Amino acid sequence: MENIIEVKNLTKKFRDFIAVDSISFNVKKGEILGFLGPNGAGKSTTIRMLTTLTRPTSGTAIINGFDIIKSPAEVRKHIGLVAEKIILYDHLTANENLQFFGRLFNLSKELIKERSDKWIRRLNMEEWGDKQVGIFSTGMKQRINIIRALLTEPDILFLDEPTLGLDPHTSRLIRDFITELNEKGITMVLTTHDMHEAEILSDRVAIIDQGKIIALDSADNLKKTIKGISNPTLEDVFLALTGKEVRDFTKKYTSSHRGHWRGPKITRVR
Amino acid sequence: MKKTLSNIWQITKKDLLEFSRDHIRLMTFIIMPIFMMILTGFIFPSQSSLKNVPIGIADLDKKETSQKIIDAIQEISMSDSYRAFNIKMYKDIETIKEGIKKQDINGGLVIPTDFSSNILSNQQTTLIIVEDQSSPQISGLITQVFEKLIDNFSQQLSIQKVETILVAYNQTRSPKISPRAIVQPLLSKIEGLIPGNPNYFEFVAPGIMAQIVMTAVLTGLAASVSREKEQGTLDGILISPISRLAIILGKALSQSIRGLVQGIIVMLLVVFIFNVTIHGNLLLVILLLLLGIFSFVGLGILVSAFTSEQETATQLLFMFQFPMLFLSGVFFPIQQMPEFMQKISHLIPLTYAVEALRKVMVLGAGIADVKSELIILLAFGTITLSISVPLFRKMITR
Repeated sequence: MENIIEVKNLTKKFRDFIAVDSISFNVKKGEILGFLGPNGAGKSTTIRMLTTLTRPTSGTAIINGFDIIKSPAEVRKHIGLVAEKIILYDHLTANENLQFFGRLFNLSKELIKERSDKWIRRLNMEEWGDKQVGIFSTGMKQRINIIRALLTEPDILFLDEPTLGLDPHTSRLIRDFITELNEKGITMVLTTHDMHEAEILSDRVAIIDQGKIIALDSADNLKKTIKGISNPTLEDVFLALTGKEVRDFTKKYTSSHRGHWRGPKITRVR
Repeated sequence: MKKTLSNIWQITKKDLLEFSRDHIRLMTFIIMPIFMMILTGFIFPSQSSLKNVPIGIADLDKKETSQKIIDAIQEISMSDSYRAFNIKMYKDIETIKEGIKKQDINGGLVIPTDFSSNILSNQQTTLIIVEDQSSPQISGLITQVFEKLIDNFSQQLSIQKVETILVAYNQTRSPKISPRAIVQPLLSKIEGLIPGNPNYFEFVAPGIMAQIVMTAVLTGLAASVSREKEQGTLDGILISPISRLAIILGKALSQSIRGLVQGIIVMLLVVFIFNVTIHGNLLLVILLLLLGIFSFVGLGILVSAFTSEQETATQLLFMFQFPMLFLSGVFFPIQQMPEFMQKISHLIPLTYAVEALRKVMVLGAGIADVKSELIILLAFGTITLSISVPLFRKMITR
């Protein structure tokens, strides 16, 4: 299958901290790539670089045939982003938000209306279109937020923890919707901490740790690499590969300052 | 080009819509200039602020002439029907000083025992003005009034005396010598550019207008950009194909509109509530406000490029705004400041905006009279914008 994203030696440094360390990988057209990694591993920074929001220190990526550094404006026309923070204005209504963001892409008012109505119906938000987003629950906001990312009918959708903090009903609704969109041909890059979610949604899983991709394969293939545990889960794979210490951005600094500081062990719940 | 313009307008419209929905921000937006005007208008001292000020008089002479002075003081009124002074009689200078110490009175006058006898015997007499050093502004006014009054009295007395001398000297001489001309050969007359006496309020109104417009643009712009950074909504705009220029100009435009509206609210208040007459061209006033905004947009963009949190931005700006308010001559004339401060004043664009607005609003100056200020404001805006816009583009996708 054809590669829709080709990442080549992508690196991002913040002063002397290397957030993303020369990673290279490809995403095939039409697949869902699960992007896993401990907090501070470089997932969000990678997504920000791929969506042209952060400039790489070195390396580049080709998205849908366009270079993220040379032609960021072209790249932007083909991608949608559901970021960690919900991209909606609390004081505007759902429809006003959708119109505003749609108009930025020079879509006609009618087209925006047509597309947003269709998805608002699909995600059971019909009654809320003309209400200000500020009164919405997180789950409702996230639904509108996803519709916002879809207005341009992008070829690629970047989803940074789309179900974080949502109740099981909304999480299920959104997962089903992601599958549905994928079936229509949208390629997705999905970060999550929910191993179950990663497993059921992703065609392939990339595990990133300390700015490097340490594994990239289908969930089943990754599980086969685990020896000594019967019926290993994706969580087992994840813990085996990334180690069992709590690893955080801040801890890296602490450990480098104090020498041999070691974090508490995670108690694994199965 | 057309696309950029329409993108700018989309951002502006969204910002204004968002702003109009935020009731608290909307309220402070309207109430703040009203507060500013009312406070500065009424708190600062002016001549008309002498209303029923308690003063003490010790009349040690107790003759007809000394009573005349007291009556004259009694009659003084600055404006409306209020008497300027509320006179309390004291028995000597010591009791007057006691009275000031207790703050029963804000000043005093001692008429000495030999007052009328000295006048009759052609001797000089000293009247003592006792000042209340705890409030220099009020006591300055009282002293001024007393000195003027004593001066007038003294003149009247000398005119009478000269007249008697003239009568004895030569009555038939023609043309007749006027005793007034001998006592006071020189007179002065004040002629202003506009009718009437401008008060402190007319001085401060243009300054407040310029200042409010500046604050709106500077803080408003930086806060609006950093708020969107913080909330993450800026990413939603940045990921669209519109240019960085359109984003920042759209934001600048919405803040400028807000600034201009606030400036106009102040102008309306000044005209209709505080009875200030605007002597110059109204369109020129608005042009100056616009240029004032323009001169600050660049600085606003600069701050918003560097700060990622709203709180940092507001604090940073507050640190500059407060001294700027005093250095730019909004409240006190720059000419009063020490020389090195005057030099700093002339580095601040607000100074020129205030000066030009004052010229136009108070003195009725035309566009040619404020040409140099217009050029400086324009240059300041152009330079800061040409530095800050590329910087903003660079900083926004770090």
